[in-house]
Amino acid sequence: MQKKILILLEGNDVAPRFDLCSEVWIGELDEHFRVTNEQILVLPNVSSEEMCQLILTQSVDTVICNAIENEYYQYLVWKNIEVYDSVIGEYKQALQAYTSGVLSSERILTNLQEECLLDE
Amino acid sequence: MTEIYPEKTNVFIKGISENPVPLSELVDHLPNSIVILDKDGRILFMNQAMMALTGFQRSEALNQYCKYIIRSNLCSSQCPCRELQSDSEPVCREGNIISKNREKIPIRFTLSPLQDAHEGFVGWLECLEDLRSVQSYKEKELQAFSVGSLIGRSLQMDRVFQIIPDIAQTDSSVLITGETGTGKDALAEAIHENSPRAKGPFVKVNCGALPETLLESELFGHQKGAFTGATGNKPGRFKLAHNGTLFLTEIGDLPHSLQVKLLSFLDDQIIYPLGSTKGTQVNVRIIAATHQDLSRMVEEKKFRHDLLYRLNVVRMHLPSLREREGDIELLLDHFLHNYSQKFNKSIKGFSQEALHFLARYSYPGNVRELQNIVEFSVNICRQETIEMEHLPNYLNESRFEDVARTNPEQEQSESSLPSAGEVTDAEFQGVKEKVNSWSEAEKEMIMQALLKAKGKKQKAAEILGWGRSTLWRKMKQHNID
Repeated sequence: MQKKILILLEGNDVAPRFDLCSEVWIGELDEHFRVTNEQILVLPNVSSEEMCQLILTQSVDTVICNAIENEYYQYLVWKNIEVYDSVIGEYKQALQAYTSGVLSSERILTNLQEECLLDE
Repeated sequence: MTEIYPEKTNVFIKGISENPVPLSELVDHLPNSIVILDKDGRILFMNQAMMALTGFQRSEALNQYCKYIIRSNLCSSQCPCRELQSDSEPVCREGNIISKNREKIPIRFTLSPLQDAHEGFVGWLECLEDLRSVQSYKEKELQAFSVGSLIGRSLQMDRVFQIIPDIAQTDSSVLITGETGTGKDALAEAIHENSPRAKGPFVKVNCGALPETLLESELFGHQKGAFTGATGNKPGRFKLAHNGTLFLTEIGDLPHSLQVKLLSFLDDQIIYPLGSTKGTQVNVRIIAATHQDLSRMVEEKKFRHDLLYRLNVVRMHLPSLREREGDIELLLDHFLHNYSQKFNKSIKGFSQEALHFLARYSYPGNVRELQNIVEFSVNICRQETIEMEHLPNYLNESRFEDVARTNPEQEQSESSLPSAGEVTDAEFQGVKEKVNSWSEAEKEMIMQALLKAKGKKQKAAEILGWGRSTLWRKMKQHNID
């Protein structure tokens, strides 16, 4: 079964804010979780409402983002969209964690952090 | 020597005691949210209040770029770290963050560079202040027909109140105009209080209150030895207002030489203290106010036109009390309540006659005059209602003029009353057309009577219906020989 993923971007990282993001990566995954189709959209001055609208019109199944207000989080969940929020790291790491089945909300994927946690 | 260094999830300070003291021990119990960043903006340390505010644990936040943990709206486009130099003064900005539990929180950020005795610039200290409680208080305040200490419910004041929040959010210079007593100072304070600079100082300077030489030192400061008596460095009001607002009242009285200096500051935000060749960059918002017509002063070459244009970025005009429909009653009630409480009186209100008169009075001194009238009346009044007799005496003098101005029919009937002695109605009307006040009218009447009596004072006194001594006294009063 194919899945459509949307990751909010700032450069190569997952964007810090849902309401201030100006770039998104949209990719389609096949049943083996391989990326079959991908594109990056540039969205100047998009509000949270407009971002939600884009997610719905693009028929996205999963959203990966960092900070999102509860109102929009609950709206997307209500629309049966899977939302992983407070994800920190590069978008490719986030995608890899998702395809590997280890992604969760509040997941910190940066190497430095991983090292630090290992030390503890 | 005190030394700060990070270690795993904490930062230690050497030099306070024999063993290094964890910074968490010092700042974890402070109510303010504090975060220490390295030169690149990565988090070295955050205290407990910051953990509670953001929802992230110290271990999660360590070594992360602050924008991914604090998640402020300022991070992407207006991060103060990018603007600040390593030797800059602290900056204050208002914005918001989204916490881990998905709540948007209004925040005031204060960011200051951290200097190290050996290496110089080592990072940043950021302090976050939760503004939720302040904002709800402000909302309540706004509901009661007021912003700060400005009160009104008239359309004219409502327009002013509507634009205050928008103007407050910018850093543009503001020029406030309006008659004396309309509340220009209160408006300037309201703009400051509603602006992101509210945490910073609000410094007021009356440009007309000091002589030119003192004013320059007062505004821009001076270096030690700049002039006789300058025994030390003085910072000046511009420096004191750093990260805040400088309110220049009576800007029309600013001497020409200082107008040039102010213009120069508005160009580059750099001040040059007296006796110093080195300029200092300060971050100050200018609000100026005047009751004078600056455009006319420009025409008369008393005020620089380029300075007027610089100050006139945002112009706010405060209407006079006469123009504010329905506000007089509101202000009377407000001040009556305040002064009754202050003076421990149980005054309930004004009599119908006093209220009617006060509602029609022209208030040349505007709100300040109304306030003084109420304060005087509350002081004098020993009963529950303020009557006409409790109002200041000068109001009774203007009473008839005002009533006459507002009631032309009555004016007509007053003017047709039989005049004293032999002064005819036609003569009285003739006098009335030439003059604007009773004093002038009286002088004109005396002159006419003297002319008619061919200079004989006895006869002139009879014409006027006065005694000889009264005529003599009045002539002396009006300087008639």
